[in-house]
Amino acid sequence: VKKREIFELKAELNSDKKEKKKEAVKKVIASMTVGKDVSALFPDVVNCMQTDNLELKKLVYLYLMNYAKSQPDMAIMAVNTFVKDCEDPNPLIRALAVRTMGCIRVDKITEYLCEPLRKCLKDEDPYVRKTAAVCVAKLHDINAQLVEDQGFLDTLKDLISDSNPMVVANAVAALSEIAESHPNSNLLDLNPQTINKLLTALNECTEWGQIFILDCLANYTPRDDRESQSICERVTPRLSHANSAVVLSAVKVLMKFMEMLPKDLDYYGTLLKKLAPPLVTLLSAEPELQYVALRNINLIVQKRPEILKHEMKVFFVKYNDPIYVKLEKLDIMIRLASQANIAQVLAELKEYATEVDVDFVRKAVRAIGRCAIKVEQSAERCVSTLLDLIQTKVNYVVQEAIVVIKDIFRKYPNKYESVIATLCENLDSLDEPEARAAMIWIVGEYAERIDNADELLESFLEGFHDESTQVQLQLLTAIVKLFLKKPTETQELVQQVLSLATQDSDNPDLRDRGYIYWRLLSTDPVAAKEVVLAEKPLISEETDLIEPTLLDELICHIGTLASVYHKPPSAFVEGGRGVQHKRLPARAGSGESAESPDVGQAVSAVSDAPPAVIPSQGDLLGDLLNLDLAPPTSNVPPVPSSMQMGAMDLLGGGLDSLVGLQCSSLMVSSVLGGAPVGMPAGLGAAPAVGGGLGDLFDLGGGVGVTAGSYIPPKTVWLPAMKAKGLEISGTFARRSGVIHMDLSFTNKAMSVMTDFAIQFNKNSFGLAPAGPLQVLTPLSPNQTVDVSLPLSTTGPVMKMEPLNNLQVAVKNNIDVFYFSCQYPISLLFVEDGKMDRQVFLATWKDIPSENEAQFQIKDCHLNSDAASNKLQGSNIFTVAKRTVDTQDMLYQSVKLTNGIWMLAELRIQTGNPNSTLSVKCRAPEVSQYVYQCYELILRN
Amino acid sequence: MIGGLFIYNHKGEVLISRVYRDDIGRNAVDAFRVNVIHARQQVRSPVTNIARTSFFHVKRSNIWLAAVTKQNVNAAMVFEFLYKMCDVMTAYFGKISEENIKNNFVLIYELLDEILDFGYPQNSETGALKTFITQQGIKSQLQTKEEQSQITSQVTGQIGWRREGIKYRRNELFLDVLESVNLLMSPQGQVLSAHVSGRVVMKSYLSGMPECKFGMNDKIVIDKQGKGGTTDEAGKSELGGSSGKQSIAIDDCTFHQCVRLSKFDSERSISFIPPDGEYELMRYRTTKDIILPFRVIPLVREVGRTKLEVKVVIKSNFKPSLLAQKIEVRIPTPLNTSGVQVICMKGKAKYKASENAIVWKIKRMAGMKESQISAEIELLPTNDKKKWARPPISMNFEVPFAPSGLKVRYLKVFEPKLNYSDHDVIKWVRYIGRSGIYETRC
Repeated sequence: VKKREIFELKAELNSDKKEKKKEAVKKVIASMTVGKDVSALFPDVVNCMQTDNLELKKLVYLYLMNYAKSQPDMAIMAVNTFVKDCEDPNPLIRALAVRTMGCIRVDKITEYLCEPLRKCLKDEDPYVRKTAAVCVAKLHDINAQLVEDQGFLDTLKDLISDSNPMVVANAVAALSEIAESHPNSNLLDLNPQTINKLLTALNECTEWGQIFILDCLANYTPRDDRESQSICERVTPRLSHANSAVVLSAVKVLMKFMEMLPKDLDYYGTLLKKLAPPLVTLLSAEPELQYVALRNINLIVQKRPEILKHEMKVFFVKYNDPIYVKLEKLDIMIRLASQANIAQVLAELKEYATEVDVDFVRKAVRAIGRCAIKVEQSAERCVSTLLDLIQTKVNYVVQEAIVVIKDIFRKYPNKYESVIATLCENLDSLDEPEARAAMIWIVGEYAERIDNADELLESFLEGFHDESTQVQLQLLTAIVKLFLKKPTETQELVQQVLSLATQDSDNPDLRDRGYIYWRLLSTDPVAAKEVVLAEKPLISEETDLIEPTLLDELICHIGTLASVYHKPPSAFVEGGRGVQHKRLPARAGSGESAESPDVGQAVSAVSDAPPAVIPSQGDLLGDLLNLDLAPPTSNVPPVPSSMQMGAMDLLGGGLDSLVGLQCSSLMVSSVLGGAPVGMPAGLGAAPAVGGGLGDLFDLGGGVGVTAGSYIPPKTVWLPAMKAKGLEISGTFARRSGVIHMDLSFTNKAMSVMTDFAIQFNKNSFGLAPAGPLQVLTPLSPNQTVDVSLPLSTTGPVMKMEPLNNLQVAVKNNIDVFYFSCQYPISLLFVEDGKMDRQVFLATWKDIPSENEAQFQIKDCHLNSDAASNKLQGSNIFTVAKRTVDTQDMLYQSVKLTNGIWMLAELRIQTGNPNSTLSVKCRAPEVSQYVYQCYELILRN
Repeated sequence: MIGGLFIYNHKGEVLISRVYRDDIGRNAVDAFRVNVIHARQQVRSPVTNIARTSFFHVKRSNIWLAAVTKQNVNAAMVFEFLYKMCDVMTAYFGKISEENIKNNFVLIYELLDEILDFGYPQNSETGALKTFITQQGIKSQLQTKEEQSQITSQVTGQIGWRREGIKYRRNELFLDVLESVNLLMSPQGQVLSAHVSGRVVMKSYLSGMPECKFGMNDKIVIDKQGKGGTTDEAGKSELGGSSGKQSIAIDDCTFHQCVRLSKFDSERSISFIPPDGEYELMRYRTTKDIILPFRVIPLVREVGRTKLEVKVVIKSNFKPSLLAQKIEVRIPTPLNTSGVQVICMKGKAKYKASENAIVWKIKRMAGMKESQISAEIELLPTNDKKKWARPPISMNFEVPFAPSGLKVRYLKVFEPKLNYSDHDVIKWVRYIGRSGIYETRC
């Protein structure tokens, strides 16, 4: 600001005429707004403060709030007026003074603020009280200790019982904010009495107050389902409020509390039905709010698809919708697509694919592909729609279509390959890496049906080094596939690509993959074929699912920024404020797993469930071992599971898994045996490569050295008294993937025992002796013999009670004896029980939440790594680990011999000996046995 | 909560800047300007995160309103607040324009100080605000103590939207049922989606603190009454005039904050103490049995590569005694159109090159009539591979009935303290149906 201007303003501010003064202050504020520095006028402006003109006073206050911090000493000049104003007979002036004082962040002023604030909190006028309530939050932000020392928090708590609804609402807002920075303070001591007060105020306060109260209610956890229901009943009327934020906050409370309601309750169904119409109504709000609503609906549809399953039409895109609304609607359309509505959806998507906005069109084309994969009946129509779109020759449409067609090939092999010719025609127009990679994958995968596959691939090879990594990797794999399919004509080509990948590239991923192929091909082409051309796992129907724990957390944040970003608050909020993780309440009665009538049924339910594989990106292991192909959207490496197993076995010493053995030993021999035939001469890098492979194995095993599985000590199963002198004690163990029953026979009788035989009754998991009982006969008196009996799981199945009960009959020359024993269910955990991360995610979501059981594991002093290590010894595999603050969450998978998958989440808090275990399984009756195993393994 | 609120003109110059929280610095003002207003690309989201600071914006004509925060705020609330802010400003000084904002900046600061405290929205009902934010230079001493406490109790009270002691010589109220009917139809005449979004707007000039009760032909209410056999209420005070036998299924409705929601939830009755003057009582949405006032039948034929023949027939589908007004049919034309010849039976049609459309306007049209337009469109040959997207044909119109079938059954007024009864109140009801997005694909 020019000096002259300041000088003139100064003169005007000190003028005697009130009007002139006021105009001058206005000018000062105008300069302040545009960012000019007018702090030099501080004393002159403050001098105008003592006026009976409210408007002028407010302007001066505005100035003060802006500059007090830079002029703390002079700001003191204002204190007197503030204190005086706080005593003014006019409540508007009292409130104004206390409101403004709280905004002046100068320590000395804050000291003076305490007394007036205390009075204002108990003012007779509600307007003053509601302003004072917010002022406590302001003061807390400046000096939290002072607020506590002065006892303002208690006064604030008292205001929750105020007779005026707006005072209550502001007090709730202030307390909620203060509570966020004191996570454990129990400041917002929500109990049924306060909840009742809040619900009463909810009916009476302003729309904004209702939002504060609803957001606060959402933090409460009702004691039981009845309380939960009664709160829901009082919150549902809010769904008809004109203010969308009130509606969304009410939806949040309902979505959260609904978790606690039993699903068979009539009210549960009523509530579900009540939620749909208001959500649809949100879509007729202004576009910005529609966007917020759609982002939230995206979460709600993932959490509870049943709510909106019949509302597909409202998500149809309108021609004039802003692009951000269009893209979100499209996302939800794909999620809601089902056999019932697929025809309509496809017709819509086809329309969208001709629109102008490139991103939108791409997404629409991709959506058509997703529909084909999701709804089998529609696949044919989708493919022909995509072909029509390819005919348009619009470059980005063609490329997008090719990317999705590749996924369709994966999902429905040998069905639509007739379109390959059309795709090949467009080879030249592809300039995006993803589309090029997809096309190359198609050529490689169907090399035997494409006559000129070699020429096509060769044409890509010319510019190999200019391609992106994605395309290079794909090209490498495709040519190797081609070679394996047509070895005679393509030898030169494969040599060329291998040397390009291994010698001329500085990309470690590419080089490693090149070397692995090279060795595979040079040592054992049959194995190479098995690895490279292995059958691929199915791809999943759903994409972009949010991880279940994150989804649950986001449901607790409906309506807020977190729900718009689909990220937890900690990802975008600085400091400690508001970043505590919220969780959905557990359903009443979880913990006791419900008895299901028949395990057999449950088992078949599991095996019927389609295997789901979702593309994984950024999975290091996947990337490294992805021998097949890697366009990140579509598939998962076909071999890793066996590779991984081999790797683990190598380190564990037990080489027995068939495929694993084959390929791992193969690779090791090539590494240890120095440069194998056909390796480039300059490969002095062999040790380095070996190291690299070692790293791979480390990854595969999760941890370098795995602890063995826990074997409980032998116990006496059959006392001698009951068996005419024969005592049998025993235990179970799983060694190298084979279940063993370790038995000790002791002869406590006087005569020799011979002719031992053993038989099992039908049992829950079909355990049966794999061979005859080998007892060195005869067993003389007082002699003990140890026998290890291998067991198979192919015997007859019958559900036992308890589930892990085993009835055994042992015969000898004297008699037949019966006893029963219980085996730890960990016996049945198989070695390939490590689930892919994405599959894990999808499965976790897929299993209904009533199948989830929660347990406490007490007195376990292991940290998460040690626990994970220990559990892995018993084939409980850690799929992923997430650390939140001091809490580690291990996501683990277990597969039983009969194919049942168990998914578990283990939460371990540093320094807390008690951990929480959540188990999800389609056969929930197994959960508690799994829990027993966890306890057994972790404690020993 | 909201950390700051900025208003910019189209160039990105700050007109208003009010910071509520310490974590928002002056650089936030510039960050939004640089990253959003001056951004080269079209805005992709109304919420932007720049360096851990979130910006919410709405645009009114060429004015940008931005709310800033660093916390996990209630996003829906922030947008609702921004809209409310626009409403309040419009109520005070009319259209939101650069000039009006500059001329009223002192008032805007005063309002911002009042309706947002530490980033928490406070009472923002214009009715209440106007009682004490006046820009008249009120001197605090001039208000009596009674007046003051009346203001504060209204601002904080249960009925924050109405002040005590309102008096009219003539008690009068106007009800407008305003509907916009939305349609998306396939070229073959199949309804792809159709819904009515309606509003009941009320202008009330009533004395005292009147209790009102509003009734319409809501299917749920009618069915309930039918069962109970008490139809006296329905028969007695009919306002609509025409036969209100038929009831309509309302998908969902939302109400002004004056309506007692818990009462609606339990009894489905709409009772309230109305604000003074004009306000929106309710919004609703229906999707069943909608009367589609017009049917558009398109016929587009491509004659070679340089010519298009378009024929569009519109049929009106309502009582012949009623008249539709302001009818406009918009037929999109390809970008490479070089010339258009139009013939229409009724109204006027013009090719508007700047809008890439033929606009056909008809002033009035009675029910059960039909009219048609045919056009020949000459095209320039292009080497553009991309096919013309054929945007849908859209229509605008206004009809004097409610396409949803909604009928007002009664609006009763009770004011026990003053001596006027329901019969003394003069009531007016009007139905207007307008086209929302009314499109037929071709």
